[in-house]
Amino acid sequence: MQRNKIEEGVAIGLMWISTGIVLLSVVLILGTIVVKGFPALNLDMITKTPSGGFYLGKSGGILNAIVGSLLLTGGAVIVSIVFSLPVALYLNIYAARESRFAAMVRLSLDVLWGIPSIVYGAFGFLLMLTLGVRASLLGGMIAVSLLILPMMARAMDEVVRLVPRDLLEASYSLGATRWETAIKVVARQALPGILSAILISFGRGIGDAASVLFTAGFSDNIPTSLLEPAATLPLAIFFQLGTPFPEVQARAYASAVILTAIVLGVSVVGRLLVWRYGRHVVK
Amino acid sequence: MDYASHISVQDLNVYYGNVQALKHINIDIPDRQITAIIGPSGCGKSTLLRCFNRLLDTVEDVRVTGKVLVDGENIFDPAVDVTRIRKKMGLLSQRPFPLPMSIYDNVAYGPRIYGQRNRRQLATLVEKYLKMANIWEEVKDRLHEPASKLSIGQQQRLCLARGLAVEPAIILADEPTSALDPQSSQYIEKQFQELKNQYTIVMVTHILRQARRLADYVVFMYLGELIEHGPARDFFDNPRQELTKEYIKGVIS
Repeated sequence: MQRNKIEEGVAIGLMWISTGIVLLSVVLILGTIVVKGFPALNLDMITKTPSGGFYLGKSGGILNAIVGSLLLTGGAVIVSIVFSLPVALYLNIYAARESRFAAMVRLSLDVLWGIPSIVYGAFGFLLMLTLGVRASLLGGMIAVSLLILPMMARAMDEVVRLVPRDLLEASYSLGATRWETAIKVVARQALPGILSAILISFGRGIGDAASVLFTAGFSDNIPTSLLEPAATLPLAIFFQLGTPFPEVQARAYASAVILTAIVLGVSVVGRLLVWRYGRHVVK
Repeated sequence: MDYASHISVQDLNVYYGNVQALKHINIDIPDRQITAIIGPSGCGKSTLLRCFNRLLDTVEDVRVTGKVLVDGENIFDPAVDVTRIRKKMGLLSQRPFPLPMSIYDNVAYGPRIYGQRNRRQLATLVEKYLKMANIWEEVKDRLHEPASKLSIGQQQRLCLARGLAVEPAIILADEPTSALDPQSSQYIEKQFQELKNQYTIVMVTHILRQARRLADYVVFMYLGELIEHGPARDFFDNPRQELTKEYIKGVIS
């Protein structure tokens, strides 16, 4: 009896410590970028593109990277949704539930998920060379799509899998086809989870530097077409941190604050959407 | 029997993998009456019910031989359009599963699938079937709220309305009151007694007393076999088979 209580106490203690470390990490990371970036954070940063000498500490902002990142990741997310949702619906509604084929697709997606982003960058670069596309917004979109597609498809697959069988049967028994059931019932029931999957993928995509390193290029201008090179926030941070000037390094932290704020903002909007559209979900 | 039967089962066998769940079932389900399929757990009564609208198709590794004739047509014929078969039957499951949409859209789901787009006619249909399922008064002021907010008893009546809205001739019910409180169960039972004038009702139940209260015709199954079937009074008063007697007396359950 006494021994049980000690074990319980130790276990709870360890859980507290782990939770504490996680929370502390969040606070430390956010604290560091805010403290170091705050002095450089001003309206110019988010409303102006870099002017001459920006990387030497002179005037301008990183609007080019903000717009570039949003366009690039937004495009990649849309491309990924177009491919992920049908995969998730197919695996759970059309394919036999425990079929070998479905298992193989899931395994492939898991393997793809584990591939480092620099490999996707390199692969995307080779693909572009073959197709004769130069480093551009389009190239970056393709590389980031490749990076986030497995994650999004698998995350959607998991939430669609949680839809109760009885709900499908309720729809079938009313004479609905699989397609009608997938679109009208399953997609709605899984909508909060699907939105979460999209948000996670967006966060991952917008923060990744390696996949866009070779594929998107970098430019001080806001891209006006898919075939122009585009700046991205992670690379903007990378380049600014690499300069020897403390003012520019402070701007790197300010850029990090902006990047984090974008991810956070998108998450909050996403949560609101989940709350707004999740009210029909059957529990 | 001198009536044409909606559902006629001929030498039906169902196998889950290597396990035979139904063995040589032959039966005609009488029209416009309540037929209760009774028997202990695992006797195949739900499997039999799920054959009627081919929901069995969604189960993996299942094999069916024999025939189920619905209005004279073998529904296991590969050429048959499953959705057309299912349109003939409404299903009530053990636990109500409202669709993830509003009360109104739940009832309108079936009619919309079958091409009803006219808003006024949809509204008329929704009202008609909600009234038929005896839930209209409780929900008429909140038709556009999520169906999942209803109590479980209300949800089951909503599911009934949803099934009726497809305009079936047959209602299939798989232990429709097992998740409900006594009062909601009573509602459903009362509804069934009114509906049997217009519909053929097939109900699976493991509650013997419910079968006594409701059934006009009783089908008794045991371990995948059809033991005895007949009009309710004969069945309960003069059971012919030893197993039936034991089951009615409560020796086996």
